[in-house]
Amino acid sequence: MKILVLLSQVPDTTARIAFTDGDTRFDGNGVTFIMNPYDEWYALVRALELKEAAGSGSVTTVTVGGADTEATIRKGLAIGADEAVRIDAQPTDALQVAELIAAYAKDKGFDLVLAGKETIDHNSGVVGGMVAELLGMPYVPLASKLEVSNGLATIERDVPGGVEVVEAKLPLALSASKGMAEQRIPNMRGIMAARTKPLTVVPATSVPTPAATVRFEMPPPKGAVKMIPAEEAGTLIELLHSEAKVI
Amino acid sequence: MSTIVFIDTRGEKLPKAAQEAVTYASQLNGGPVTAITFGEANGLESLGAQGARKVIVARGVKAVDSQQLTKLVADVAAAESASTIVFVHDATGKAVAPRVAARLQAGMVAGATGMPEGNRFKRNVFSGKARAYVEVSSPVKVVSLSPNSIPVAKGEGAATIEDYTGDPGPAGITVKEVRKAGTGIPLPEAEIVVSAGRGMKGPENWGPVEELAKELGAATACSRPVADMHWRPHHEHVGQTGVAIRPNCYIAIGISGAIQHLAGVNQSKVIAVINKDPEAPFFKAADYGIVGDAFEVLPKLIEAAKKLNAER
Repeated sequence: MKILVLLSQVPDTTARIAFTDGDTRFDGNGVTFIMNPYDEWYALVRALELKEAAGSGSVTTVTVGGADTEATIRKGLAIGADEAVRIDAQPTDALQVAELIAAYAKDKGFDLVLAGKETIDHNSGVVGGMVAELLGMPYVPLASKLEVSNGLATIERDVPGGVEVVEAKLPLALSASKGMAEQRIPNMRGIMAARTKPLTVVPATSVPTPAATVRFEMPPPKGAVKMIPAEEAGTLIELLHSEAKVI
Repeated sequence: MSTIVFIDTRGEKLPKAAQEAVTYASQLNGGPVTAITFGEANGLESLGAQGARKVIVARGVKAVDSQQLTKLVADVAAAESASTIVFVHDATGKAVAPRVAARLQAGMVAGATGMPEGNRFKRNVFSGKARAYVEVSSPVKVVSLSPNSIPVAKGEGAATIEDYTGDPGPAGITVKEVRKAGTGIPLPEAEIVVSAGRGMKGPENWGPVEELAKELGAATACSRPVADMHWRPHHEHVGQTGVAIRPNCYIAIGISGAIQHLAGVNQSKVIAVINKDPEAPFFKAADYGIVGDAFEVLPKLIEAAKKLNAER
């Protein structure tokens, strides 16, 4: 089974959020960048588990980004991916990312394409679905469990108020949410091995950019919290009704 | 030029998020609005009140099969010369909208939070810690709307209903089982949410949380540790790795307010926090706060909610 994992680099969850260049760009100054948690903890680790269970196959990661993403990509190799691909581009739009990935993947015969459910910076959660469309694969977003046997995948996906269990034949694309696997910490052997695993840099092909993020802004500062003494807790309900007008 | 809006209307009544999406589509003023849905659906005529001229139903498609539904939307978009295609930013929309955007080479805005200014759409990024403006330059635009972003229009009129007569193609997925977890208000749609955390000390103590939610007409939610310990079902977990919600009112009881939890709830219009630790970080993100023991505060809140209900 040939598995492709879409891997993004994002600012750390606790990073200070600020923008630069007239609020057109995230200010990465002094910020630690990490592998997108949904890509790492769930998509990549589950891909490795499936390969290990099958006793054969390969796990390739693909990242769209500049040379500054290579430390993150090496971490993916240290966790256990067999090879990594970096498509050299600075994308401004999700469809651009998807087109670049699909152009790379289309003739490679991947059986399974796994993405995280969203990146924690842009929160769009659309690249997996776009790649699926461009590769002509079924797509199941928000999958919390994935089993594969004899070319048939059984997937649990989160839907409002419950869980849906679906089956689909490979090749297949899906996005991974919490529950699909447990985080793996790379060990020393993995880190050493990662140094010599192939990390191929692919030049970007020309793709359209039908949308672009043109400006960022911070939300207006929050007003001070109004404290209510515990003995008069009932007042909260009255204030939510008459002052905040939300109940 | 027309606007089409794809909605999931399976179930007993029309979801509020679907009504919001139709309202949004008609307020875009991009020509007549056609809604598209699938499966067994009822009461679709009433979408005329939100501005839909007609509703096209693919009754043969029963499940969220992203390939079939993409074919359906693309067929209608071509027939109606659609310039904008609206989705709900929910589990169904997330399956279909990106595919449609890729197929039509359309610029996509995922999770718009309000009306655009021209071609410029506003959305939340960095888990609600910042906002971004996305400009779409393609002839066709795909927009998925975050639930609870705009009020549902209450106009006049009935939509006409048509059956989809095209071929959605073969099903790529088969639904084996649907496990419903509770019959309460769906969390992403809820306008009021009562949420509780480890401060409740055990699953056996959730009675008053549920009672308060019932009195307020609220959905119940929980923090990650509570879901991880199986005190509450997984789908109730709000936060970075769980569900992100943006209700009008979020009441958090016994939740400290770690950054990962805030990421899922910081878009709530009003946040009320009850915690016995005055240093709990959640108070910094709150509009109202009570420092006190959950087991002493909750009965007072329930009593006040009952009194409010009796008065209105």
